[in-house]
Amino acid sequence: MPVATSPGRRGSLLSDPQARAWIFQVVAVAAVVAFGWFLFHNTQANLQHRGITSGFGFLDNAAGFGITQHLIDYSESDSYGRVFWVGLLNTLLVSVIGIILATVLGFVLGIARLSSNWLIRQLATAYIEVFRNIPPLLQIFFWYFAVIGPLPGPRDSLSLGNLIFLNNRGVQMPAPSASEAYGPFMLALLAALVLVVLLSRWARARRLATGERFPVFWSSLALVVAIPGACVLLFGSPVNWSVPELQRFNIRGGWVVIPELVSIVMALAIYTAAFIGETVRSGIQAVSGGQTEAAASLGLRHGQVLRLVVIPQALRVIVPPLTSQYLNLTKNSSLAAAIGYPDMVSLFAGTVLNQTGQAIETMAITMSVYLAISLSISLLMNAYNARIALVER
Amino acid sequence: MNPATPQTASGEKLMIEMIDVNKWYGQFHVLKDINLQVRRGERIVICGPSGSGKSTTIRCINRLEEHQAGKILVEGVELTRDLKQIEAIRSEVGMVFQHFNLFPHLTVLQNCTLAPMWVRKLPRREAEEVAMYYLEKVRIPEQANKYPGQLSGGQQQRVAIARALCMKPKIMLFDEPTSALDPEMVKEVLDTMIALAESGMTMLCVTHEMGFARTVANRVIFMDRGEIVEQADPETFFHHPQNERTRLFLGQILY
Repeated sequence: MPVATSPGRRGSLLSDPQARAWIFQVVAVAAVVAFGWFLFHNTQANLQHRGITSGFGFLDNAAGFGITQHLIDYSESDSYGRVFWVGLLNTLLVSVIGIILATVLGFVLGIARLSSNWLIRQLATAYIEVFRNIPPLLQIFFWYFAVIGPLPGPRDSLSLGNLIFLNNRGVQMPAPSASEAYGPFMLALLAALVLVVLLSRWARARRLATGERFPVFWSSLALVVAIPGACVLLFGSPVNWSVPELQRFNIRGGWVVIPELVSIVMALAIYTAAFIGETVRSGIQAVSGGQTEAAASLGLRHGQVLRLVVIPQALRVIVPPLTSQYLNLTKNSSLAAAIGYPDMVSLFAGTVLNQTGQAIETMAITMSVYLAISLSISLLMNAYNARIALVER
Repeated sequence: MNPATPQTASGEKLMIEMIDVNKWYGQFHVLKDINLQVRRGERIVICGPSGSGKSTTIRCINRLEEHQAGKILVEGVELTRDLKQIEAIRSEVGMVFQHFNLFPHLTVLQNCTLAPMWVRKLPRREAEEVAMYYLEKVRIPEQANKYPGQLSGGQQQRVAIARALCMKPKIMLFDEPTSALDPEMVKEVLDTMIALAESGMTMLCVTHEMGFARTVANRVIFMDRGEIVEQADPETFFHHPQNERTRLFLGQILY
């Protein structure tokens, strides 16, 4: 025993790997705990020094400031809690519209990049190279200051048939509001949609059973137009339109889309679409040419080759990077604060923070909101991805 | 059937006729005045060094490649730019590729029923019956519900043959069907092709399997540098080749 342990004893405890591991871990844990305690204590002390009480009680206090765009009722006397919901909805509004526009535009761009038409291909390439290489914040400024800013004032609005007005206060358009015939109309529409679903199921079953086709698209279209149409003839229009009217200094009535919203949505959709376009192009190109050849050599038409063979395989490559583009767009919507669009960041991490001084709480709430939105998008897209994923092996 | 179908002097119908077909890739002249007649039930093997235009020749027959001069008639119908006609011809001409090109997102059965259902408009039940019939012919009915990625190369190629047969084609084109296979899987694919030949199918096969050419082909064609250099029955072709280039090629591949 003395012989065996002598080399170990010669060095200190530090040369024994197991003891070393323990020591380092204990030191690391102690350091982290100490740092955490320091942060907590320091914050407590500072808050006390400035007379700020921590906690979420401030959410019930009256906000006392106006907000240019609120999707739910809001007035200055409402609480900070209400401001939270206004900001959240405004952020979601930008994200949802942005994601939809960017996806549509992106798919068009991706397919255009692979077009056999030289001009279309070059235009798509130029678009992508320009818009994905300029910082999104600059693009937002471009739309806000360079495109919408110089538009004429309300009196000299650019108008489309005196229904839609475009001016430096944004876009003003007719707003629908429900009339008495709204209920019956929605019922008729619902009935038509149910019929369409039943019809397409029946047509599919019949196609599988007998091989015969039924013009599902056209008959569905007829159903969706005819049934609610008949309802309109019977009960009158389901909505009353509030049409914006040009008055002496201003335009009254209708829906007003504020210039900040127009700028941020345009900028983010156009910026993100450039990335989505590249994702879609690479997804389609990732499907080998052999697949197209094999499908074509069986006599399938070009459209069928795309729909039945190429796109199902391309989607599996497209969806994961598409998810991160959606996340990018959502997070980039916080840049809206730079032009004063009342989103989560500018309202909550801006005005509310300044007014209440509750930096920790407001930042925590704002960051949690983005985390929650992003995780929800990830979850949804992962579920979709799992559905279409390759079952190859 | 078709009154316009051209006939040979002996009155047999021609399945494929290529008349002075030429094709260029840019400056490169891939096919030079290709003339080829294929009668019903004929089994033709095309061989030649790589880059000689063998694959391009058969890919022109179902318009995977476009020829720039000359005429190609399939069952008397000329291949033009008319898409409808190209699709009609493709649905009558089966093709098997070197790399199988099975659809990885569909099961073996779905691979086989896709075209019959969408092109021939067969009901699913019927398409599945046809598919199972041919999967049994290529001896892998038990794999019907697996995905291509779960099969060996030889099995995948047999599925590819079954997939083409499900369209009940009148002509089968094979583009080096065994070149991408491990040696021990070549035989199972060749056996399938021999069985197909015995059933009377018109076959055009680009291959380096000279054993297959000897036992199955009625005619062997040798191509080099975009030309048909020599064509003859297998006996004459292998034992009494006329052209110097043919002799050189055979000397290299028949050790």
